Amino acid sequence: MKIKKTIQRAMIKAGLILLGAAFCAPLLYLLSGSIMSRYELRECLTAMMNQEEGLISWKWIPDYPTFEHYGRILFQTPQFFVVFWNSMKIVVCILIGQLLIAVPAAWAFAVYSFRMRKVLFTLYIVLMLMPFQVTMLSSYLVLDGLSMLDTHKAIILPAVFSTFPVFLIYRGFCNLPKGLIEAARIDGAGEWTIFVKIGLPLSSGGILSAGVLGFLEYWNLIEQPLAFLEDQSLWPLSLYLPEISLEQAGYSFVASVITLIPAVFVFLLGREYLEQGIVASAMKE
Amino acid sequence: MWKMQRRRSLKNRQSIWRNKSKKRDAWILFLLPSLIGVSVFVLLPFLDVIRRSFLTAVTQKWTGIQNYQTVFANQAFRLAIQNTLRFTAVCLPLLIGIGLLISVQLSRLKKIQLVKSMFLFPLAMPAATVVLIWKMLFSQQGFLNGWLLRLGWIAEGHLPDYMGTKAAFWVLVFSYLWKNLGYTIVLWLAGIFSVSSDLTEAAQVDGASERQCFWRVIFPNLKGTLYTITVLSFLNSFKVFREAYLVAGSYPHESMYLLQHLFNNWFVNLELDKMAASAVCVGLVLFVTILLLQKLWDQE
Repeated sequence: MKIKKTIQRAMIKAGLILLGAAFCAPLLYLLSGSIMSRYELRECLTAMMNQEEGLISWKWIPDYPTFEHYGRILFQTPQFFVVFWNSMKIVVCILIGQLLIAVPAAWAFAVYSFRMRKVLFTLYIVLMLMPFQVTMLSSYLVLDGLSMLDTHKAIILPAVFSTFPVFLIYRGFCNLPKGLIEAARIDGAGEWTIFVKIGLPLSSGGILSAGVLGFLEYWNLIEQPLAFLEDQSLWPLSLYLPEISLEQAGYSFVASVITLIPAVFVFLLGREYLEQGIVASAMKE
Repeated sequence: MWKMQRRRSLKNRQSIWRNKSKKRDAWILFLLPSLIGVSVFVLLPFLDVIRRSFLTAVTQKWTGIQNYQTVFANQAFRLAIQNTLRFTAVCLPLLIGIGLLISVQLSRLKKIQLVKSMFLFPLAMPAATVVLIWKMLFSQQGFLNGWLLRLGWIAEGHLPDYMGTKAAFWVLVFSYLWKNLGYTIVLWLAGIFSVSSDLTEAAQVDGASERQCFWRVIFPNLKGTLYTITVLSFLNSFKVFREAYLVAGSYPHESMYLLQHLFNNWFVNLELDKMAASAVCVGLVLFVTILLLQKLWDQE
């Protein structure tokens, strides 16, 4: 009986690992495609490139692995760097902005009780849950009014005032013991000192969670730049990549891999915070 | 000694009083930057959108509810609403069900960190990097047809093209599940593990089988988790537009023409009156849904 159960569990686990591996398979396709030579890629994908009969094939390990595409992208495609830095600039500016705006706001909701608190907090939750399409026109109107369209500000500023990080960081602040703050007050610490010396260090987990989730989200921006950036030289990677034609499949694979590197890096480093953040985002007030 | 203590406590009380009044006001300073930003970038312009939904786009003349009538009579709008509802109705149960199934199995195993991370990984893959893979999988000459051919499920010469037919809808469903299963599992697992082990152990001592233990002891405690997963998955379902747009462009096969496509196309064509009216409608529906769900949630 017990042995049967153990075997059953092992099989379930093996099955789940296989399924999980299938979930990660796109990464392997990208990696193997990025070191395939031009000729091999053409051989594999020819049916799709010419829209003709027949099927495409794949080699997990290329016959003649090469870094020619990497070389080309790093040394001969300045355009790629422009787009890469666009993405970096947008993400970093948004995250810094959120840190400055959302963290104090979360502190206000978590520590103080004031008359409008409940209404305002509900408003923040509703806004956090609204999809981009609902607020698209209103964002457009205000960005147009401030003549910020077709600049990076059009992407950065609305995202800085997103209410999602407020909610996430708020969860972290709520876990602080109330007595600690009271004690600090009685000892004569000012409100700002309490925030900086007690609030920030003790809830850095929540802030990091918001950072990791935010990075993955803003590295993947599509809707906003699509709507508000016409000038292609301002585009982030997430819009630029799909523009590369199938003829340049090798270039496309390498560009995808390089796009993935920062995201995977943040994912691996922040896995724990990512999970905490997901769980925190789901807790009721 | 006694006097000194008394004086000190008096002083304390005074400073507490002073701090209380300071404390009452401090929240404004912490909240103000965020509040101003939210008002300027979201709240005030949305009021303007509500106003515009009753005006004509160019001349800004009052037209009453005519914009709303136009939108509801619009065929593209009906198609998009229908598809979006269908997509949600198919995806949410699938995502929540499969997520629960996998989480229950995972919760009985040890060392599940790696498996969990594997399922979470798609969250880190930007839509732009999977477009090429999706094309390789689902085009007429793609891998999927290759595998099915080898299994003998389809015949050569009749290779289906998934993106250009009704199957496009299911490609979208697949893409959504791939992306969102990871965090669903994380949430379910957090819910399952938060059920006190005393309860489950007591049930086991009483002779409950694993299945009974789950359905009778653990599952009733997961209602809160179910609500949150539903809300989050519903809102993330709007983001599936990214994959849909990047793979199939502004006008995909009509089976996967979603509200998001419609909004985007109206935006490109500057049909602002229609956009305003439908943004108000969709926003209102979501607003009511969120408040209702919160009510349900609070009752828990």
